[in-house]
Amino acid sequence: MKTFHRGGTHPEENKLTNDCSIEVFPLPKQAVVFVSQHLGAPATLVVEKGEKVKVGQLLAKAEQFICANNHSPYSGTISKIDLAIDFTGYKKTAIYIDVENDEWLEGIDTSNEIVRDIKLDSKQIVEKIKEMGIVGLGGAAFPTHIKYMLPEGKKADYLIINAVECEPYLTSDNRLMLESAEEALIGIEILKKALGVEKALVGIEKNKPKAIEQMTNLATKYKGTEIVPLKTKYPQGAEKQLIYALTKREVPSGKLPIEVGCVVNNIGTAQAVYYAVQKNRPLIQNILTLTGKSVKQRKNLLVRVGTPIQSVIDYCGGLPEDTGKVISGGPMMGKAISDLSAPTVKTTSAILIMSNKESSRKEETNCLRCGKCVTVCPMGLQPIHIAQLAENRLWEETEKSSAMDCIECGCCLYTCPAGRPLLDLLRLSKNNISEIRRQRAKR
Amino acid sequence: MSTIVFSILVLVLTGVASAVILYFVAQKFKVIEDPRIDTLTDMLPGANCGGCGYAGCRSLAENIINNNSLDGLRCPVGGDNVMSDIASFMGLEASQATPQIAVIRCNGGKLNTTPKVRYEGVKDCLYAHLNMSSEGGCPNACLGLGSCVSVCAFDSIKIDNTTGLPIVDQEKCVACGLCVKICPRKVIELRNKGIKNRRVFVSCVNTEKGGISKKNCNVSCIGCGKCEKVCEFGAIKIENNLAYIDYDKCKLCRKCVVECPTGAIHEVNFPPRKEKANVEVEASQIK
Repeated sequence: MKTFHRGGTHPEENKLTNDCSIEVFPLPKQAVVFVSQHLGAPATLVVEKGEKVKVGQLLAKAEQFICANNHSPYSGTISKIDLAIDFTGYKKTAIYIDVENDEWLEGIDTSNEIVRDIKLDSKQIVEKIKEMGIVGLGGAAFPTHIKYMLPEGKKADYLIINAVECEPYLTSDNRLMLESAEEALIGIEILKKALGVEKALVGIEKNKPKAIEQMTNLATKYKGTEIVPLKTKYPQGAEKQLIYALTKREVPSGKLPIEVGCVVNNIGTAQAVYYAVQKNRPLIQNILTLTGKSVKQRKNLLVRVGTPIQSVIDYCGGLPEDTGKVISGGPMMGKAISDLSAPTVKTTSAILIMSNKESSRKEETNCLRCGKCVTVCPMGLQPIHIAQLAENRLWEETEKSSAMDCIECGCCLYTCPAGRPLLDLLRLSKNNISEIRRQRAKR
Repeated sequence: MSTIVFSILVLVLTGVASAVILYFVAQKFKVIEDPRIDTLTDMLPGANCGGCGYAGCRSLAENIINNNSLDGLRCPVGGDNVMSDIASFMGLEASQATPQIAVIRCNGGKLNTTPKVRYEGVKDCLYAHLNMSSEGGCPNACLGLGSCVSVCAFDSIKIDNTTGLPIVDQEKCVACGLCVKICPRKVIELRNKGIKNRRVFVSCVNTEKGGISKKNCNVSCIGCGKCEKVCEFGAIKIENNLAYIDYDKCKLCRKCVVECPTGAIHEVNFPPRKEKANVEVEASQIK
């Protein structure tokens, strides 16, 4: 069984919603759509207060290089453009829409019929991806079209599709593969054409046997697309680890996957690309897993972007009494939500509700020098060493210890028997190093 | 016998040879340094806090010698005494500066805000700042995790356990500015110490609209502008829903303190107001 070669851990899988089919979440009455929902430069607003919008209409336009368009997920009137709280508690500019009916913009195919013919050529595909505001749905929200504008002199050999879903609890990719495998596979065909490669490798962890079976059966129709079962080990779905597991190529430190001839996209992104290219549908919704051991009605939901998180939780039976943390994303890499009135964004793939006991951290004690964090680090770093430097605020030293290579998977924090906040300190180091690098670039 | 003589001879010869080599090496790699640098370093306080903007006391001394002027070079720790000593030693004129002190411009803390979330993670303001607004919900509030305490080289900041906010020790603070640099929320400001150590300042840095900031905190500045109107000296300006008192213009009349509806303006080291207290008593008696 293929896997990555260094470190890793195996947390309890807890895939509680594996058999819950995807439900369409009803439209909320009022929705809040953030103007920028991607990594990079902010998008420019193109609508005004009081304007009537339809589903799929452009709300914010990408004017800079690393930037993505943003479309309206709802039809209705824009009641105001104001600051709205996001899940960290900070406020960002957002568009408030009073939802009326569900009127789609003309030219968008809303039928479920599968369109197999790819009419566009590779340049047009990339243009379409850009126009439809597709961002990476794996979590980072990096504008997808940029990955397909290869730097000069670089050539891609493989398209790698990440369907690993190594985070515990999350099941949205699994459901996607069971319910709309065909769409995802056509999406992969489109991406292959855009990139000009013959081979696509789809990595799936072996704890999803049904998905693997269905994808393998369907993939026989698509030449060059290979489904590869991978060992269940966290973080199998991390970009660099996945590339190694599938191709045995190692991405050099500080470089992008294209350096070793690979482009990596999530399976959710592949489906979004299918919708964008074949159906002219922008990225306005995503599959969201609402889960947790204490949740009464665990569900996989198809949610439009901008739905208040509170209403999603209410739909699934409300917040359980002993809730300790509500997390956006999985338990390993997700971040705790500090305000439930915050809306979902393009990359909200899960809302995880954990009880007080489950979510509280271990009491912090002195480091035992056991070296477990070093053993599990998939990037081969020494988290304990970097954390010590970070505690003393020696940011330049942490840079020399390759803190920037950290992928923030959280294996070190999860494993540490002394409950040291290793991941926190690593993230802090990365943040400070980027600040130092920005200043260096200015000089 | 000959063994002893022989060994003494060998040792002496080796010694002489090494001495000759060392002499030439020392000549070759001689570092010519201004002896004044050492003298100046001794005159400086020697805390190596970096408050002057250089790596340490010696680095400041080198810069004074190299520039041969005191423009922009000042040891905030030593203050006027040390600077005038250095100026007379160098034959230069020292710039006089008004003594300053670090001031905490947030009064939210545990007493004036209701916690909505609980922060769990590394006890470092820089990290908390990346991940959340604050336990009370204010995005500008002091996080109370003590990054300022950990950088202070003079042990002059402490976190008060009842309020959860830092307190500056007026005697120990030398206004080196390290806490100002580290604070991710820009809550700490260096302000003039003021006559008789008396200061008036706005203890809030929240720039949200009044209605929003008031929801999260009882003592936030709501940008109402009452203080700006009452100030006779034009020392107060409202910008981004936040009042700021210019310490150079402020005459410490304290009218703004009385006027502020939320109690965001603080006065420090003033004698208690007798008249005001009487008026309040009378008013309550009438009722």
